[in-house]
Amino acid sequence: MTPNQLMFAIFSAVIIIFSILTVTSRRILRSATFLLFVLVATGGMYFLLRFNYLAAIQLTLYAGGIVVLIIFSILLTSHIAEKLEKPEMKKVIPAFLAAAAGAVITIATILQHTFPMEAVSMSERTNIRAIAKSLISTEKYGYALPFEVISILLLAAMVGAIILAKKRKD
Amino acid sequence: MFEGVPLTWFLITGTIMFFVGIYGFLVRKNLITILMSTELILNSVNINFVAFNKILYPDHLEGMFFSLFIIAVAAAEASVAIAIIINIYRRLVNIDVEKMDEMKY
Repeated sequence: MTPNQLMFAIFSAVIIIFSILTVTSRRILRSATFLLFVLVATGGMYFLLRFNYLAAIQLTLYAGGIVVLIIFSILLTSHIAEKLEKPEMKKVIPAFLAAAAGAVITIATILQHTFPMEAVSMSERTNIRAIAKSLISTEKYGYALPFEVISILLLAAMVGAIILAKKRKD
Repeated sequence: MFEGVPLTWFLITGTIMFFVGIYGFLVRKNLITILMSTELILNSVNINFVAFNKILYPDHLEGMFFSLFIIAVAAAEASVAIAIIINIYRRLVNIDVEKMDEMKY
């Protein structure tokens, strides 16, 4: 087993185990903590694939930003000691069957398909200069328009969130 | 194959994470836990994009940019969703999806 395979196995196990715990835990704050572990392990997987910039974004924005936001809203809307009620069986069984069937079909399809097996070289880290150039370039493989659109989306989301959450006068 | 790790392994991890998210989305009743399931689903898609990019097209960066934009959209979505959840909590004093059957008008 190469070191890369070992690291992949660890990250993959953490992702799978903690994502299952995230959706089954009955204490909502623990659920959020398990989600944090899943997101950090995903960041580790990006590091494994040498996408250092994306991994940094994942850690700061997802693990740092979104999880903190979720924990804040949990603290605002429910008691820490409160346990969620058990989901009833007539919901659990169809949901489990649907998810399991989807997973089985997808994994069977993946295993049937043969992907090219030539080994990717231990490629150098993604070049941050190339990323920056692509983000402002308007030529082929340039992402100037999505970049601008996403900035407008973020502004709209910010304004919308403030308007939605502010106190009404009446 | 990336340094001994085949592409299939990444895809299977992503698939399991995706369907665990779907299961949580269907079973949970609390709005915040549903939001967490959505985050799981978005994350699994990111793993697939990045693995495809690195292993099939190592000279390009398309998958990375898609993941980047998905992360940005997820952040925007989470902030608006939490604003809505807090607003609902203020009105109805709980955030169970089954007890929410009224709209403003």
